[in-house]
Amino acid sequence: MTDVSRDPGGTPAHFKRLHPLTPLLRGWAFLAAAIGFGGQDALRSGDMGRFGLTVVGIAVLGMITGLVSWWFTRYGFDGDALRIDSGVLNRRSRRVRLDRLQAVDINRPLAGRLLGVSELRLEVAGGGKAEAPLQYLAVDDAIRLRAELLARAAGIDADTPEAPERVVHEVPLDRLVWSTVLSSTFAFGVLMLVGMAVAFAIVPDRRAIVSVSWSVLPGMIAIGVALWNQLGRNFGFVLAESPDGYRIRKGLLDTQHQTVPPGRVQGVAMRQPLLWRWKGWVKLDVDVAGYAGDSTEDVGRTSTLLPVATYDEAAAVLRYVVPGADPLAVPTEPAPRRARYLRPVGWKRLAYGFDEHVVVVREGILYRNVTVVPHAKTQSVRVTQGPVQRRLGLATVRVDTTPGPVDAVIRHRFATEARTIVEEQAERARLARKADIPEQWMSRRSVPPDSASPDGDADGDGQPAASIERDQE
Amino acid sequence: MSHKLVDLRRLVLVVTLTPLTAALAVGLGILLGGWGVAAAIAAGLAGLAFGLWLIPRNWRAWGYAERLDDLLVTRGVMYRQLTVVPYGRMQYVDVASGPLERRYGLATVQLHTASPATDAKIPGLPTAEAARLRDRLSELGEAQAAGL
Repeated sequence: MTDVSRDPGGTPAHFKRLHPLTPLLRGWAFLAAAIGFGGQDALRSGDMGRFGLTVVGIAVLGMITGLVSWWFTRYGFDGDALRIDSGVLNRRSRRVRLDRLQAVDINRPLAGRLLGVSELRLEVAGGGKAEAPLQYLAVDDAIRLRAELLARAAGIDADTPEAPERVVHEVPLDRLVWSTVLSSTFAFGVLMLVGMAVAFAIVPDRRAIVSVSWSVLPGMIAIGVALWNQLGRNFGFVLAESPDGYRIRKGLLDTQHQTVPPGRVQGVAMRQPLLWRWKGWVKLDVDVAGYAGDSTEDVGRTSTLLPVATYDEAAAVLRYVVPGADPLAVPTEPAPRRARYLRPVGWKRLAYGFDEHVVVVREGILYRNVTVVPHAKTQSVRVTQGPVQRRLGLATVRVDTTPGPVDAVIRHRFATEARTIVEEQAERARLARKADIPEQWMSRRSVPPDSASPDGDADGDGQPAASIERDQE
Repeated sequence: MSHKLVDLRRLVLVVTLTPLTAALAVGLGILLGGWGVAAAIAAGLAGLAFGLWLIPRNWRAWGYAERLDDLLVTRGVMYRQLTVVPYGRMQYVDVASGPLERRYGLATVQLHTASPATDAKIPGLPTAEAARLRDRLSELGEAQAAGL
């Protein structure tokens, strides 16, 4: 009942614990909340002694729970999967299949950097939501574990040291700052401030000034956060390539190291905000399965491939992440003239094209978007047609990919053409899937991909990428 | 797809529309008197007629075809959609049957891929056909499975 270590299928002895400072770091947020709530109460009643006692009590209690949970959480390799055992009364054993590994991130929040620990987060496709991160590991342990995870996922010896890398792109600080300044968010914020200043100069009423200032404060904070996301998160952005796929390092206060193995990119979008055009800058976003995360904030954090770059640099990176294709050189065909009824502005810029590897969709007149989806990553293809489109004999084709910021939508083509696109796209996707990079990217297939029967062992799609077993005590 | 789905949807329509109309009639009756009640009943009847006309039309638009390498699903009258799902892309197949559907011997089969946008739902299949389709799809999915 109480002795959990002896439960059936108990944790093997070689499994490791997380970093001993984990309870302290995790308890931090808890403690802050306690101080926040208790503090309000204490300020109202003026009873500071009781407040202090409560906070200390909660801190001790939190520390004990944290310690207990830390003691019972252990991780290690079990066969070809990573297994994480946790829980005191409800034992949880989580197995993460590594052949399905989509990305490995090492994140270091500010407090973690001060204490020399980091969190390791692994993304596997399936289930939709991200795996629980390993919080927290010593920095060296995290790096070693990442190397081992990648080696195992690649299908090579687990003791192989981390692959060497070559820096592909670094974002200079001045460009990052300019890109932030040239964003519409920044422009909007400045306009608002200027507008307010002008209004106050005309109507110098102190009460009005105070109340208006208060009412726009949340908006200003939101704008500040958005600007911080571009500047602080992408500070010191380095994109590197290695045999283990691409790597990204970034962050000013919280740092983030991402590793995305080859063949994991499900789609890329090149975007050019209006104000960046005179500088000729673009940014790149990617879809990686598992990165979709729980919130939009997460998506913005993990799906940036290049926060800002010149067109040529972005084109080179694009060629690298979509191997075998030159997406920007793919000839595209504009939408028919009739599309102007549905999109009076910018219908001329709706275009789509394909080659043997990718589908390319271009659109946007104020902003410019190029979306690239490899045929091999097509999940399904759809034709949709609304009532107005039907009148005009038009239809829209959607190439569905894993969740993320990249969506290939071929808008407003002739209905017959749309039907052909769908049929052909399904066929192209079928052929491309056969020739795609194997999931264990280092293991070579001994038979040529064309004659190879899909090997169900490495690719068994029906099986979940991660499984959780619980047993009630 | 079984024609029973039409019966089911009609039943659901009547069951939901009746209390709605009654509530509207009571409300309007208090506000406007007898005319209000008449207007509410007229609105209810109009809704019923529209629904009864729409349901079979919508039902005729649903369709699916098992092809060599993919499943084809069509739906919709006003907003038409055709979905092509390669068997190799299937993550799992759902067969769902609510209490009412079960009474009519129907089930809904839904295919899931790694993309949440994939909209391949086939409602109102006879239970036996749903089971057959599920088994067939899982079999084909396993045979053609590909990594993400």
